[in-house]
Parts: sequence; C-alpha cells; structure tokens
Amino acid sequence: MASTAATFRHAMRRPWVARLAVIVLLFFLWEIAARWVVDPMFLSPPSRVFVSLPAVFDTRGVPAALRLTFWELAVAFALSVVIGLVVGLAVGLQPFARKSFMPIILLLYGTPQVTILPLFILYFGIGPASKIAFGVSHGFFPIIVAIAAGVQNIKPILLTSARSMGASRWQVLRHIIFPHMIPSFFAGMRLGMTGVLLGVLLAELYVSTAGIGHFTTLFTQNFDPTRLLGLISVLAAMAIVLNEIVRRAEVHFGRWHAD
Amino acid sequence: MTPSRKERQGRLASRAVQATFLIVLIVLWYLATTRWRVSPLLLPNPVTVLQDFWDILKTGEFIGDLRVTLTELAAAFAISATSGVIVGYLLSRSQYRIRVCEPLFAGIYSIPIILFLPLYVLFFGLGPASKIALGATISFFPIALSTIAGFGYVDKVFVVAARSMGASDYQLFRYVLMPAALPIILSGMRMGFTVALLSIIGSETIASLAGLGHRIVHLAEGMEIARMFAYIAFVVAIALILNTLVSALEARGKRF
Repeated sequence: MASTAATFRHAMRRPWVARLAVIVLLFFLWEIAARWVVDPMFLSPPSRVFVSLPAVFDTRGVPAALRLTFWELAVAFALSVVIGLVVGLAVGLQPFARKSFMPIILLLYGTPQVTILPLFILYFGIGPASKIAFGVSHGFFPIIVAIAAGVQNIKPILLTSARSMGASRWQVLRHIIFPHMIPSFFAGMRLGMTGVLLGVLLAELYVSTAGIGHFTTLFTQNFDPTRLLGLISVLAAMAIVLNEIVRRAEVHFGRWHAD
Repeated sequence: MTPSRKERQGRLASRAVQATFLIVLIVLWYLATTRWRVSPLLLPNPVTVLQDFWDILKTGEFIGDLRVTLTELAAAFAISATSGVIVGYLLSRSQYRIRVCEPLFAGIYSIPIILFLPLYVLFFGLGPASKIALGATISFFPIALSTIAGFGYVDKVFVVAARSMGASDYQLFRYVLMPAALPIILSGMRMGFTVALLSIIGSETIASLAGLGHRIVHLAEGMEIARMFAYIAFVVAIALILNTLVSALEARGKRF
C-alpha cells in the first residue's frame, strides 16, 4: 500500500505525469457532471461521446464536410503564405514603403474583421470560396507583419557588401534575405495558421451548406450533444495537429540559423 | 540640423502616400458605384453610406445594440480578469504548478475556442449569456498565462533580498511581486480585452438575438447594404476607440 503511494508521489513529481492527471481529472468531472448533474439534452459524458464517434463519421455527409473544411484550411493557409510573403517582402525591403504602408497594414490588422463577415458571404457566396477568403483575410496580416519585421533586421552591411561584390538582385534575395528571414517567416506562419483556423471556422459556423458548420447547426438544433461534441472534438484535434506542425517547424527552423 | 529635416521630409512624404492611397481608394469606390455600374447590392454608393452613418448617429438607434454588446463585454471581461488573475497567481506560487499547468493552458489557448460556440449556444441559449460565457472563456487564457508569466518569473534575487531584510508576506507582495508582475499582467489584460471584444462580436454575428454583430447580419439579410456598411464603419470605430482606451489605461497602469 505504502509503496503504491510512494510510486504515485514519485510519478507525480514529473510535470507531464501531473499534467496528464489534471486532464484525466477534468474529463472525470465532466463525466460526473454530464451523468448526474446536467440535463442530458445539453451535455453528454465523454465516454458516450467517444463511443459514438463512429456514429458521427457514419452521419451522411460528415466525412465529406470534414474533408471540405480541411481543404478550405489548406487552400486558405497556402494563399495567406503566398500573399503574406509577397506583400511582406515588398513592404519590408523598402524603408520608404515600410514607413508609408506599415501603419495602414497594422491599422487593418487591428480592426475586428468579424464585422465584415457578412460582406464576404455577399461577395463570395455561401460556398467554400467565402470561407477561404475569410480565412485568408485573417491569415495573411500576421505573416506580412512578421516578414516585414524579419527583413528589417538584416544588417545593412551584409546587403552593401554583397552588392559591392557584384551580387545580382536575385542572388541577394536568395543568399542573404531568405536565410535571414526564415525564423520570422516561420513565426509568422504559426500566427497565420491560428488566424486561418479562426477565420475559416468562423465563416463555417456563420453559414454553411456542406461544411462542418452545417452539421454543428444541425446537431445543435436537434439537441444532439453527443454527436455535436464528437464533431467538435474531431475539429479540435485537427486544429491541434495543424498548430503543432507549424509550431514544430518554427522551433526547428528558428534554431536553424543561430549565429 | 540636416538629418532631422530630411527625416521630417521623409515622414511627410509617407503621410502623403498614405493620404493618396486613401483618396484613390475612395475615388475608385465612388467611380465603381457611379460609372462602372457595380450593383448597389454589392457595393453601395459611398455618399449613401455616409448619409446612413450620420442618420445612425443622429437618431441614436444604435444605443440599444451598443448597450447589449458593451454589457456582454464588461461582464465577460470582469469574469475573465478576476478568474484569470486569481488562477494565474495561485498557479505561479510554485515552479511545479507552473510546469504542470502552463503548457496545458497554452495548448488550450492555441485551439480556436470559437469552435465551442454551438455548445455554448446549446447550453446558455441565444441570449447574452452564451456570449458572456464564450468571451470570458476566450479571454481567460491570455490573462491567466500573462499572470503566471508575471508572478512566476520574478527574479529570485529580489525575493531573497526582500526576505532577508525581513519583509512580511504583504510587503513582499506589495513592493516586490506586484511591481514586477503588473506590466505583464496589464499586457495580458489588454490582449484578453481585444479577444473578448472580437469573440463577442463574432458570436453575435453567428447566433444571437441582439447586439451590434446581430444588427449587421440583420441588415445583410434584409439587403440593406448601404446601412450595413455604415454599421460596419460604426462598429470598427467603436472597436478602435475601445482598443485605444485600453492601451492608454495599460500605459498609465504601467507607469503607476
């Protein structure tokens, strides 16, 4: 008896074990609350949500909706990176352009874009195009800001010496600017991914014909918390995986050039 | 003398570029609606939008919706600021607790919590309660994380020095921990305020009965596009005013 308690205490000394214990405890509380406290119309216990995950995937249209949402996220992220890279370089490399346009970009970045969500639906329809556009509108600002800040910090002496040694414009870009930009580029990509997730999911929840927003509305209106929670869990898992990929990339490439 | 004049000229030139950019945008907008016959359902005439904007301000019809949104915001922020600071402080009291809980909070914070909106609506209904709950949840994390960062990473030397000079718990808190942590906590609060505002307007847009976000959607569905543009401008202005106010408060608090 005493030895199990000691082992337990020993295991709990490691933060990740304790963290796992906290998570398990939270799930346990949720289970108790859902089973005995809250009306089952509004909340269902995690055990039932987990068991009925196959039922969520069996719902007609859900796998296609998940695939569609994933595709929207991927396209929106790719477009954000391309636009952010081009605009960030164009604005960041020129001191005058930076002074003129960065305030405008920062101002736009600071405005709450949710207010123009109905406009996106108006212009791009209720299909995937509006979700992608709204995701891009959230995703490319942080990438622009990060890249503009990243290229700003390049030591001028590197650029001058490269030019004086006769480097072409492309060579300067390829051998000096790109390598220096990489840490801030990946930091921007991580923030961009957060933005894209937020934008696409907001637009999906607002109005959707075939994406996951359609099914969250459906499950909510049918008072089906089991399947709603299942679907939300799957999406949360997807968001965590995507975030983790860009975060790992940031850690990896952030260290890559540390002179 | 010369560099400062040159600098001033440069600043003037970039202001000129900004102004030109804005003017070109508005002229293009105007031409698009008058000359190139873009449907007013897609892009209303800027003059009409301005008239509607004045009309909204003059009649004061925004007050009801504004009150709903601001009440939700105040309630959500009050909840998240108190709970965030208390939870953050309690966790920051030991390195072990920080190591256990900080990654957990950071992990949850990276999930788009707006995903849980349908759940909140199911639980709290379409009224203000679901917006308050969602706004409080979303803004809790930056506030708690920054409180942990503020109290948790105070330089040990200061704490030991104060203790060895015989500081009581209260004195330690008042003269060592608080001054070190306050600036970081205030930044977290500003961030929390911004995301609370965003998520409240967002959730009003998606599912609600009243509020500024709801008004915009209502006008969009009624195809009153000029008025919707005016309301968007109004909400953006309100958001800018609130954010400026909060930033000013933050700067003031940091000096204190």
